[in-house]
Amino acid sequence: MAILLDENSKVIVQGMTGSEGTKHTTRMLASGTNIVGGVNPRKAGEKVDFDGRSVPVFGTVREAMDATGADVTVVFVPPKFTKDAVIEAIDAAIPLCVIITEGIPIHDSAAFWAHAQGKQTRIIGPNCPGLISPGKSNAGIIPADIAQPGRIGLVSKSGTLTYQMMYELRDIGFSTAIGIGGDPIIGTTHIDALEAFEADPDTAAIVMIGEIGGDAEERAADYIKAHVTKPVVGYVAGFTAPEGKTMGHAGAIVSGSSGTAQAKKEALEAAGVKVGKTPSETARLMRELLAAPA
Amino acid sequence: MDLFEYQAKQLFQKYGVPTGLGEVATTPEEARAAAERIGGVTVVKAQVKTGGRGKAGGVKVAKTPDEAAELAGQILGMDIKGHTVHRVLVDPGAQIEQEYYVSFLLDRANRTFLAMASYEGGMEIEQLAVERPEALARVPVDALAGVDLAKAQEIAAAAKFPPEVADQVADVLVKLWQAFVGADATLVEVNPLARLADGSIKALDGKVTLDENANFRQPDNASFVDVESTDPLEQRAKEKHLNYVKLDGSVGIIGNGAGLVMSTLDVVAYAGEKYGGAKPANFLDIGGGASAEVMANGLEIILSDPAVKSVFVNVFGGITACDAVANGIVSAFSLLESRGDTVNKPLVVRLDGNNAELGRQILTDAALPGVQQVDTMDDAADRAAELAGAAA
Repeated sequence: MAILLDENSKVIVQGMTGSEGTKHTTRMLASGTNIVGGVNPRKAGEKVDFDGRSVPVFGTVREAMDATGADVTVVFVPPKFTKDAVIEAIDAAIPLCVIITEGIPIHDSAAFWAHAQGKQTRIIGPNCPGLISPGKSNAGIIPADIAQPGRIGLVSKSGTLTYQMMYELRDIGFSTAIGIGGDPIIGTTHIDALEAFEADPDTAAIVMIGEIGGDAEERAADYIKAHVTKPVVGYVAGFTAPEGKTMGHAGAIVSGSSGTAQAKKEALEAAGVKVGKTPSETARLMRELLAAPA
Repeated sequence: MDLFEYQAKQLFQKYGVPTGLGEVATTPEEARAAAERIGGVTVVKAQVKTGGRGKAGGVKVAKTPDEAAELAGQILGMDIKGHTVHRVLVDPGAQIEQEYYVSFLLDRANRTFLAMASYEGGMEIEQLAVERPEALARVPVDALAGVDLAKAQEIAAAAKFPPEVADQVADVLVKLWQAFVGADATLVEVNPLARLADGSIKALDGKVTLDENANFRQPDNASFVDVESTDPLEQRAKEKHLNYVKLDGSVGIIGNGAGLVMSTLDVVAYAGEKYGGAKPANFLDIGGGASAEVMANGLEIILSDPAVKSVFVNVFGGITACDAVANGIVSAFSLLESRGDTVNKPLVVRLDGNNAELGRQILTDAALPGVQQVDTMDDAADRAAELAGAAA
């Protein structure tokens, strides 16, 4: 098993015919993802060839779902149009909407998040690498060949740190790895992922990667203390980041005394989470944990 | 992106938030002329993007135009918490009866917006929130519903504004919300919002932070970029569309992905503890792609920083394979050479992930001057810090 995405997932791509969409649809197909369609109102009815696989283009998310039974959409549309694309996906009641697009205005993210309340669609992202259940399905841009299937669950704000950690633990393997994104407003949170991993019988242990900004890690620590019985190791990036400077991710900013890496590390440790000083040390902690007798 | 007070007030004016529009001056003479035009008592205010201007002596009352010129002479050039004062705002003096606080901001934790308001303004809001939290109303604002008159009245009531000013405050809140949405702001703050002797209400100071992700639909944003107080290296990096932040250490950093680069800074700083406290000199994320041109542009910026003693290139081949990254580094060297730049600082390269072996072989074969490869991130950080420590 895996969380949120498995071999039965039927995936459509919004923005499939753009350059990023084309590139990553090709990669997702190559890694075995069941891509059943793309969405582009101007190219509805056409078919796109990806290395010999013909994928139909639909005018709307609703049409794509009706025709294919799609239950996951991956959004690559440019920032200007992302809000409308996501609202369309929510209104079509697709169960999972993964937003890869980077650079979405925060008022747009706030609007589609508000629109999603009380509806059936789970949002992952924006500004995230998506999620992968190795050997089963890949919805986003995480390279499929980094790690094999296995029993670690991973949730991270950062794309490249996700790849790094998967690589370090590639032999043990992953049930699912989710990049939740580095924006100030994101759909699925660390807590949502922890909850799903806790409930997944095939996940034995969890790696949680955070970074400076906001208080999501602190809240995740509280959640772990109260609800997570599986072992968790953590890593937090940004100890040396100066106050008031945005470090790449729009959400990665220390303001005053809040959002510091030190505060996040302390909160996680207080919840019994072993926190590594570097990604490699974090991977080592996970190995030790899985090797130890239960 | 933060605005100066005078820019914030121009924004308020555009949306009908009442504010005394003063004049901006960059010399004492301009300040004198502004005070003459305004007439009466004026306030000369340092324009810097930091709090605590008053305490630092950056806000002074002038009774005459001559005094305004004199005060402007004192304030211009002043350093306030590391910010140099390049201009002052000459504002009309105001007979303040009472000071309030209002703001709209992004509430990350609740993934919505928040109105904050207090009947007790004037002091720093962080201080108020700690010392008298009950005096600061926090009212969630739905991103879709926004703030209409009824919502504004709800906020004013929550902040316990008395009936005689509640309607005026509610009117300001509606307009301030329109400014917040219209400008794609993540913060609009009025502190103080003052009730004057004539009974009117005015925004006497303002703080605005804009969302740069909205630049595509906010044509004014380009004019708000504060080139003169931007670090010159950061400015050059921005022109080349590089995600660069200048820091105060000596190990230049290039990496791919915001999280990995942040992590690289930390690992270098830990390693540096052994080598005389060598620290990272910058944050530079060249993104997932890591093309030769971007690599060359990044190297060029970092090598031109005189504080840099060694460079650490830390790339994890994910979407882009390491052989492509290695070729990018090789091409970057020849590109730099063709631009007349020589790479005269040691470079530690760590390639890992997709096609790492191939990438390492390419770099070994190319035998670039000063380049050494280390296989793991931790060891490479150690080497880069050691080299920087030795050169210090």
